[in-house]
Amino acid sequence: MAAQSGPLGRMLDSDLWWSFKRSPVTVVSAVVALICILGAVLAPLLAPHDPFDLATLNLGDAFKPPAWSQDGDMAFPLGTDDQGRDVLSAIMYGARISLLVGVCAVVFSTIVGVAVGLVAGYVGGAVDGLLMRIADIQLTFPSILIALLVDGVVRAAVPREVHDRIALFVVIFAIGISAWPQFARTVRGSTLVERNKEYVLAARVIGISQIRIMLTHVLPNVLGPVLVIATLNLGFAILAEATLSFLGVGVPPTEPSLGTLIRIGNDFLFSGEWWITIFPGVALIAMVLSVNLLGDWLRDALNPRLR
Amino acid sequence: MRDRARGLALAFALGMAWVAGAGMAPGAAQARSVRWAASGDPNTMDPHSQNVGTVTMVLQQIYDPLIKRERDLSLAPGLATAWVQAEPGRWRFTLRDGVKFHEGEAFGAEDVAFSLQRALQPTSNFGIYVDTIERAVVVDPLTVDILTKTPDPILPNKLASVFMMSKAWAERNNAARPQNTRAREELFTTRNTNGTGAYRLASREPDVRTVLARNDAWWGWAVEGNAGNVTEIVYRPIASDATRVAALLSGEVDFVLDPPLQDLGRLRAAPGVKVLEGPEVRSIFLAMDLSRDELLYADVKGTNPFKDIRVRRALYQAIDIQAIHRTTMRGQSVVTGTLFPEQVNGYAKEEDVRLPFDAARARALLAEAGYPQGFAVTLDCPNNRYINDEQICQNIAAMWSRIGVRTAVKSQPLAPFFAQVQRDDTSIYLLGWGVPTLDALYSFQSLLATRAGAQGDGIWNYGRYSNPAMDALIQRMKVETGETRQATIREALRLYREDIPHIPLHHQMIPWAMRSNITIPHMANNQPYFRWAVVN
Repeated sequence: MAAQSGPLGRMLDSDLWWSFKRSPVTVVSAVVALICILGAVLAPLLAPHDPFDLATLNLGDAFKPPAWSQDGDMAFPLGTDDQGRDVLSAIMYGARISLLVGVCAVVFSTIVGVAVGLVAGYVGGAVDGLLMRIADIQLTFPSILIALLVDGVVRAAVPREVHDRIALFVVIFAIGISAWPQFARTVRGSTLVERNKEYVLAARVIGISQIRIMLTHVLPNVLGPVLVIATLNLGFAILAEATLSFLGVGVPPTEPSLGTLIRIGNDFLFSGEWWITIFPGVALIAMVLSVNLLGDWLRDALNPRLR
Repeated sequence: MRDRARGLALAFALGMAWVAGAGMAPGAAQARSVRWAASGDPNTMDPHSQNVGTVTMVLQQIYDPLIKRERDLSLAPGLATAWVQAEPGRWRFTLRDGVKFHEGEAFGAEDVAFSLQRALQPTSNFGIYVDTIERAVVVDPLTVDILTKTPDPILPNKLASVFMMSKAWAERNNAARPQNTRAREELFTTRNTNGTGAYRLASREPDVRTVLARNDAWWGWAVEGNAGNVTEIVYRPIASDATRVAALLSGEVDFVLDPPLQDLGRLRAAPGVKVLEGPEVRSIFLAMDLSRDELLYADVKGTNPFKDIRVRRALYQAIDIQAIHRTTMRGQSVVTGTLFPEQVNGYAKEEDVRLPFDAARARALLAEAGYPQGFAVTLDCPNNRYINDEQICQNIAAMWSRIGVRTAVKSQPLAPFFAQVQRDDTSIYLLGWGVPTLDALYSFQSLLATRAGAQGDGIWNYGRYSNPAMDALIQRMKVETGETRQATIREALRLYREDIPHIPLHHQMIPWAMRSNITIPHMANNQPYFRWAVVN
């Protein structure tokens, strides 16, 4: 390919793009992920109905099967649930919540993890010991347990009205806090390597402050693996949110995420209204799987030893 | 996610199968255990703290009242063998001899006087059954006189719902008064029982498992008709509909009191499972705050829209009850416009008429009342108490939103829900009301009388509806007899229909699902009496 100028040209010329094009699985998952993300982000524009607008619901439309089956209705491509809500629209809006929680939780755990890892690795000594022991202790608990614990404590601590208002943030915090040790340990490892390199020593010799060295010199060089973990963690965070919502402790039912939709639909699985729970489930699988495959590819592509 | 959930369910089912298998070890061939599930767990074991069906369904296995109910809900001797209205204001009860509490105390007149006194305490939720009682006088160890403030012809019907407990035991354990659930108090009686009934409480883990063991010393086993052979009852609350049905189908439980309506077809077709059907004496309705000048949970400031009858009419006419009947209840409800079903004395067919569903009229009424843009309000709702309670609330929220009343549903399990509404901490709520006395007074007095000093008046009137005309009719119902009283009830039903203190919805139908080898009479009060249950 002829070399082009500008950032796009540089991207198309890079190793990353080359390895991306070479893997059909990655391309497919990128397309699926893109569809999921666009469908979620643009839900207010694309969705055929607004599932949050109670005034548009009609109980007469309840339990309509998908459009292609006998009693289906073209207005509801994937059928309707027990309240007469369009399943497709509910999925699109639900994916929005799932993605929002997932992305925010990952950003949160990245910030916490990178900060802790950087300090631990760069400062070393007792600070390092303390921070890493905390991380070790937390790693011994399953992360979903920590998320449940955080949610339970907040639920007991604040009145219900307040809780409903901050529920989204609680879930983000609960999932984010359960994933930071992975980031911290990776960043600490990389920082330990970087801090003894000549450019850091040189920076120190000319009297640049410690904080500045950490942020402007060490940090950019340890971010590669962080990107990989963050991508893989996005899948986990979306799944964790779905699990919490499935258990009924996640986001409030007024803003149903994919997990909430699956939980509601679960009650109708036996009676034959399978579409209420299966389609949100399929959407969740598609989203998590594609993000995970992308993460896997990114890990391999960024690892020189695997080339 | 689905796989994960299914994996969990599978692991759980395996665990339960193991537990069940262990129970059938050799040597336990005589044990006939019934594993029973329903959606909600009793929020207390105190016999006088919560007049709630979910509590009673467990406690009536453990405690006996003076007068019991037969299969057709008629009265029969319980701990009292005979009762007679000796004078207009005095009932004499002759007690059964030789009855012992589970912990060994002998049952006697002192216990009766104590239990009635306990049910009269301010923290009791059973005032409605004992409101006319002045005091109980111990004549001799097996005779009690109950003096009433006014002549009370239906006292025996009411006492069929008041459990007798041991005075010595209650006092020893600092539980001489009922637990105050509103204040989230915990007493010894919250988790412990000591009754005279057919079953004793073997173990209790709230929200997990309640085990009852057969009391072989029960006086009633000798009485004709009590031929039950169940030796152990294991009650487990399973909130999720799908899980509850799966548990029955997989053999993990034997008896489901409230199978989800959408699964009845599948349950009927399943081998080894049967469904008993029948109406329940229970009506579902919405009640609203009619007392405050400003609603707690609405965006209208400085005024209470529910006080305007046009708003109440609008909300009423916005509800498409037939759609709920057809879709959410799957035909398993009796749509109503009145306060109680026809099994209750005083029911009048001509008053059982709904305001017609008419969304356009509803919108016009709202505009007329000064709310052309509607308003926002929070609807409080239990989610494991009545059949499809949460779904009904969501249905209604959507219907109201369509006329501009933006409704947020706040649904919670029965324990926090009851604690909240019992503090009057609500603007509008869904309630179901069963009528154990099978008499109109019970509903009118509990739900619609002004909550004043009198015991039982307005005890479940959490919207604090107060209408002097209604109060006068209720006071007349208490003392009148015969045709005069029936006319008073009819008049009150007419007022109920015109004044709209509630928005009536429907009477429940109550299917019970169980293994085919269980025989148990289906009861219109939705109470499974395991002393009559036979397992083959």
